[in-house]
Amino acid sequence: MPATETVVDAPRRLPWRTAEVREVIAETSRVRSLVLDVPGWPGHRAGQHVDVRLTADDGYQAQRSYSIASAPEAAHVMLTVEQIEEGEVSPYLAMDVLPGDKFELRGPIGGYFVWTAKLDGPLFLVAGGSGVVPLMAMLRDRVRAPNPGPALLLYSSRTGDDIIYRDELDRLAARGDGLTVVHTLTRGHPPGWTGGTRRVDREMLAALGFPVAASPRIYICGPTPLVETAAAALHDLGHAADRIKTERFGPTGGPP
Amino acid sequence: MSDPPVSRGFRGRKAPDAPADRVPPGQHLTSDFPVLSAGPTPQVNLANWTFALQNGGNLLRKWSWAEFEALPQTKVTVDIHCVTTWSKLDTQWQGVTLDTLLEAAGLPQAPADFAMIYCDGGYTTNMPVADLISGKAMVATRYGGKPLTPEHGGPARLLVPHLYFWKSAKWARRLRFMEKDEPGFWESLGYHIYGDPWREQRYAGD
Repeated sequence: MPATETVVDAPRRLPWRTAEVREVIAETSRVRSLVLDVPGWPGHRAGQHVDVRLTADDGYQAQRSYSIASAPEAAHVMLTVEQIEEGEVSPYLAMDVLPGDKFELRGPIGGYFVWTAKLDGPLFLVAGGSGVVPLMAMLRDRVRAPNPGPALLLYSSRTGDDIIYRDELDRLAARGDGLTVVHTLTRGHPPGWTGGTRRVDREMLAALGFPVAASPRIYICGPTPLVETAAAALHDLGHAADRIKTERFGPTGGPP
Repeated sequence: MSDPPVSRGFRGRKAPDAPADRVPPGQHLTSDFPVLSAGPTPQVNLANWTFALQNGGNLLRKWSWAEFEALPQTKVTVDIHCVTTWSKLDTQWQGVTLDTLLEAAGLPQAPADFAMIYCDGGYTTNMPVADLISGKAMVATRYGGKPLTPEHGGPARLLVPHLYFWKSAKWARRLRFMEKDEPGFWESLGYHIYGDPWREQRYAGD
């Protein structure tokens, strides 16, 4: 007698995939980007993240979440990882990994802190430190929009040497397609610096940001104090709460 | 299934004080308390704050802040587990259990098998009522003996420590009993409908 089964419409499990490091790019003294070959990668949306799992030769495993830095249409998945003091996974990814090394990756994950070039209207990005990573995926995605709306990245770093993607951001801003990049430095600045010289605050957001009437889509990513400050100030300035999407990171961060 | 690839040169450094029976698979211990929220932290005026129990569309009972604070309090020390892979041991909370709320509302038992929690800021999360009663969950108003701060969900958040921490919804304002399970915010965006950390139910399909 043939067996019959009840077909349950269960969601498919996100599989662990093997990622092979294809290229390593030093971004700053503490940050590296890893360009990965991920056979079977299903694609992602700008702003999403992955879980990474490392396996030691004794079988010990450690798992963390990292934002995806590459645009959805990029040929390879890029992660950008900052070395966290006392970290377990980030020092390995940000310092030790070499081309040819392998680890596991699962994703993409997260369907809220996402943006696509198909969305119209102004795009307002606020980043602190390596919080720029998922926002960079959005700016890389924006390049393919035929008529992109205006965009602003307000990016807070400690010093000029800590700015991630600095050259690429300069190039993107020089395209003349409506993107403005404003840097602010919180721990000293070089002579002749024309950007901001303090932490992101309400005055800075009010002076630089889009007016409320323009109804920008706002994405804020960085350490908790920056995110709390920026989100509260923008809400207070009149931007609707559901237009303000946040992602906080700390030594152990990632959504939700 | 094939063995996972060994990550050349990765040693790891499993915390020696991590008791295996308290740290679920794929998790690691943290001593700080990361903040993770999808939007701005709501500013709550306690004078207007209420917490409500609802069955379907019917209001069962609503408490003002003063009334809520006057309910019998419960203290717990529990381990919490965030889906982003951090776990924190021995966290101390105080609040009102769902059992106490049901009793205070004059309900001998919950009127339905599932519940949706609604929060300031529009966040929602769902779970079976069985995971909320019998001392398993509370609406917490204090952490470490102090009033819960806004970024950690104050004035009041749900605490369901045996499920991943996104179920412990911040800024909780309303619990609606419902006949059928329905997905909440993260549950509609790829996260697991139930979220048991010991079965590593992180994402839909796990």
